[in-house]
Amino acid sequence: MADQVLDAKGLNCPLPILKTKKAIKGMASGQVLQVMATDPGSIADMTAFCNQTGNELMSQSNEGDVYTFEIKVS
Amino acid sequence: MLDAGENTKKMTIIVTKGTLDWAYPPFILGTTAAAMDVEVTMFFTFYGLQLLKKDLDLKVSTLGNPAMQMPMGGMHMSMPNIMPMIPGVDRMTTTMMKNLIKKKGVASIEELREAAVESDIKIIGCQMTLDLFELDRKDMIDEMEIGGAATWMEEAAKSDINLYI
Repeated sequence: MADQVLDAKGLNCPLPILKTKKAIKGMASGQVLQVMATDPGSIADMTAFCNQTGNELMSQSNEGDVYTFEIKVS
Repeated sequence: MLDAGENTKKMTIIVTKGTLDWAYPPFILGTTAAAMDVEVTMFFTFYGLQLLKKDLDLKVSTLGNPAMQMPMGGMHMSMPNIMPMIPGVDRMTTTMMKNLIKKKGVASIEELREAAVESDIKIIGCQMTLDLFELDRKDMIDEMEIGGAATWMEEAAKSDINLYI
């Protein structure tokens, strides 16, 4: 279960990443952020973001046009 | 603030262009890098300095840009070079571009610049350009520091990534 949900649907690059970073900044280590996006580029970008920042990408899934990511804050 | 530890990556971007379309790459890359814990310095020089004006009035022109093809009713429209010479055409193209930006959920330059400031990107305005184009410091955003080529060079020498846009 996510501690916080970020709705980034309808936003284009780089806004989902910028908003994800902003959300993570206000969260504690170990908490989980769920991000929903419609930008197909966010699959690659969210993975790269997590690899670089050390936050853990726990899961990603998609339903229709919506991509959902769960990120555990490092 | 970033913890400027030894492992922190650093990047500089030299921003030389001041049209609406060219404003995007430096601000997108700068803000994304900052979001990915990279310490970013952006050096604004020549026409790029226009992007630091408090009141932004950025325009785009199709002149000399055959690659610019605007989507329109399922087709793509490019404009012959004679078109932007007609008064009002650049304004129309700019409006079209701005509408497209809004419709596609792309951030505005104002929004990205605010994100750059918020994420502690070091913003340097070129002193020589201020003098050359008689720009007033008061018309530029408060977060702008003033510097020159050597100021950029010092940062660049310590950086992992240096881009010229």
